[in-house]
Amino acid sequence: MMMTRHALPLACFVTLAGLLGTQLGKAPPPLPSALLNHPAPSFTAPQLDRTKAVFTPQTMQGQVWLLNVWASWCASCREEHPLLLDIQQRHGIAIVGLSYEDEAQQGASWLDAQGNPYTSTPQDPDGRIGMELGVYGVPETFVVDKQGRIRMRHAGPLTPEAWQQTILPLIKELAHG
Amino acid sequence: MTPANLGHHALLLAWSVSLALGLLPLWAAQRSVPSGMKLARPLALVQSLLIFTSFACLLWSLGVNDFSVAYVAAHSNSTLPLYYRLAAAWGGHEGSLLLWVFILQLWTSLLVWRSPHWPADTLARVLAVLGLISFGFVSFILFTSDPFQLLAEPVSDGADLNPLLQDAGMIFHPPMLYMGYVGFAITFALAIAALLGPEPDRSWAAWARPWALAAWAFLTGGILLGSFWAYYELGWGGWWFWDAVENASFMPWLVGTALIHSLTATAQREVFKSWSVLLCIVAFSLSLLGTFLVRSGVVTSVHAFASDPARGQFILALLVIVVGGSLSLYAWRAPAWRERQGFSWFSREAALLINNLFLLVAAGSVLLGTLYPLAVEALDMGRISVGPPYFEAVFVPLMLPLLVLLGLGPMLVWKQADKPSVKRRGAQAAAISFLLTLGAALATQSSPLMTLGLLTGIWMLVCTAQLVARQVLGTTTPLSSPKRWTMRAAPRAFWGMVLAHTGMALFVMSVTLLKGLEHSQDQVLKVGNNVQLGAYQFQLTQVEPVAGPNYRAAQARVEVSRHGQVEALLFPQRRLYTVRNMPMTEAAIDRSLLRDLYVSLGEPGPDGQWAMRLQVKPFMSWIWLSCLAMACGGALAATDRRAAKPASSRAQASLQDAQGASITSSTAAA
Repeated sequence: MMMTRHALPLACFVTLAGLLGTQLGKAPPPLPSALLNHPAPSFTAPQLDRTKAVFTPQTMQGQVWLLNVWASWCASCREEHPLLLDIQQRHGIAIVGLSYEDEAQQGASWLDAQGNPYTSTPQDPDGRIGMELGVYGVPETFVVDKQGRIRMRHAGPLTPEAWQQTILPLIKELAHG
Repeated sequence: MTPANLGHHALLLAWSVSLALGLLPLWAAQRSVPSGMKLARPLALVQSLLIFTSFACLLWSLGVNDFSVAYVAAHSNSTLPLYYRLAAAWGGHEGSLLLWVFILQLWTSLLVWRSPHWPADTLARVLAVLGLISFGFVSFILFTSDPFQLLAEPVSDGADLNPLLQDAGMIFHPPMLYMGYVGFAITFALAIAALLGPEPDRSWAAWARPWALAAWAFLTGGILLGSFWAYYELGWGGWWFWDAVENASFMPWLVGTALIHSLTATAQREVFKSWSVLLCIVAFSLSLLGTFLVRSGVVTSVHAFASDPARGQFILALLVIVVGGSLSLYAWRAPAWRERQGFSWFSREAALLINNLFLLVAAGSVLLGTLYPLAVEALDMGRISVGPPYFEAVFVPLMLPLLVLLGLGPMLVWKQADKPSVKRRGAQAAAISFLLTLGAALATQSSPLMTLGLLTGIWMLVCTAQLVARQVLGTTTPLSSPKRWTMRAAPRAFWGMVLAHTGMALFVMSVTLLKGLEHSQDQVLKVGNNVQLGAYQFQLTQVEPVAGPNYRAAQARVEVSRHGQVEALLFPQRRLYTVRNMPMTEAAIDRSLLRDLYVSLGEPGPDGQWAMRLQVKPFMSWIWLSCLAMACGGALAATDRRAAKPASSRAQASLQDAQGASITSSTAAA
């Protein structure tokens, strides 16, 4: 009895270490999307640029595109913005910028100031589209294939490494396939 | 030889010396070889000097902007002022690990200097364990996180220090916090020495107590600085977020609090021996966990490890060896120890036992909340996060009985307390507390929950005041004598306790008043607009651009008036740090003892509008002051010389065993 009592802390620790160990061992995947390989939810939304028609994902059929969730109030969006501009200029990939829980006016002037990498800018002022997409936070980026299915989700600001090592190869593969 | 080169070589040398320190004296102590045990001190000093050199070299590289060093290039910039360049030594993963080892050496050399009366075998074991810890960390640095790594192609300028860290608070917070974390290495080493050597007794606890208190005081100060920094630098007026990093420092604090109380009982009455030893191990284990959580973010972002799995595996291996090894040793050796002293359930021992129980359960609940998301993910049940509501719901009810006990405990004497006398004193204190609370509740028109908080705080304050009154009035020295009012009337440890307990009481009261009476409002304002918040009127009078050394900013001018009289002028800024292109808000705070006025500037809107957060935070300064009182109380008790002296004859007996029969009485007395 005495022995077991004194061994209790050890037992607790072994459980805990095992827990940490399994976590490290499998190098957890970046936030998976429940929509992975499923069609992107369909929605219709007005754009920030009033001169453009309302946006719906169906118009993007036949091309591989990026859906970037952003907001003018989001500091990390500013961080990833130069990369988005670069991607658009260098690779000519269509990027749709979902203006998430934001005022139209502020979003538009933010794009004027920072530069606009987006081909379309659907608005999601009350976050409903974001909810359907399962957005955890801003920014987030989805890769959508020619058939309109979500193939990848990147949570948090895009990094040059993530772009070079995973996203760009995936886009190339999808474009050929 | 460049400083980076020198630093790297000093680290390599320190690595081999620490291995020698970890093995030789330990072997000598187990075999009772006096000459081998004598090696511990010189080896420890050499090791410390080498690490000091290495750390100085890192500071040097940062000071002279040596951008050929990868760490300097990644965490510093030539436009940074010198003090931030030096503080960048702990702005990144590699540097802060070196800081950890540096601080371990500070404690080790302090121990070599302060422990001449310890038996040679204990000192040899303690220094050897510290050497092994140092060996583990230096290995980690050398194999996975070398701060002296050179860049293949030197860059012309560095990437700058994270703007969040460019602040006076960040210069002092990490070293202070690490002083606390690493300080528990000393008590840990003492615990291992007790497990490997003779059974711990009263003098063992007396040796451990000042070190535990010192580490606890530093940890309290470190947490205070971190919270203080978060309050004014993160820019939205919060000061405790229950996030993983804060919890990581809070858990060792809770266990450390349990430890200093349990050590008191062991030192005075030789009870809870194996419990105290276990707490020494747990406090240090949680400190290690804390270091790694803060530095590597196992919990906050598991992704941090994905980039370099070697680091994660190394950390886990180190944790398993240190914690698993010591707990196995504990499971093997501690059952043989016998408690010789009994006590009744109405005694100070019992009160301290309950105190320990509550603190441990509280620490356990924080650990659960911090690691639960990880467990859920490990079991493939999705991803969740545990927020402040959990901690507030679980932690606060757990603390309440403990706080009531804080007032009651010191009234009890050791072994068997006198029931009628305690009843009388308790009733007296309770009556006064109820009256005072009634007055305070009426004055602030407080809610029932707030009244409960006030009552708890006032109860602790009244009980502590009663304790002081009895100590001062109860001694035989006449009241007129100045001696009566000096600290000589009672040991320093007593005044340390009084100060720390008063701090706790004031902390509970100020948190209660703050939560109950604060005002906060988010507003979009144009120049000239007014907002009324409680008794205060905020007016935005101007916004102008200003430039700093490495940032550009918009600065607002906010006039705060009360009853038509201008009481404060505040200048919050919205900064853009140019090197990293990172926006930051720099809040403006007007502090006084009764309230803080807090204004932060958000994003600009169209037509000259500015988003602003305006806050009135009553008694905010008291939160800092009360934590400061706790830290000072711990420090005061740590310097109590009487507590640290050997209390039994075993110390001297084993000293003689160790050093041979030739020992003279004068050395023993020294």
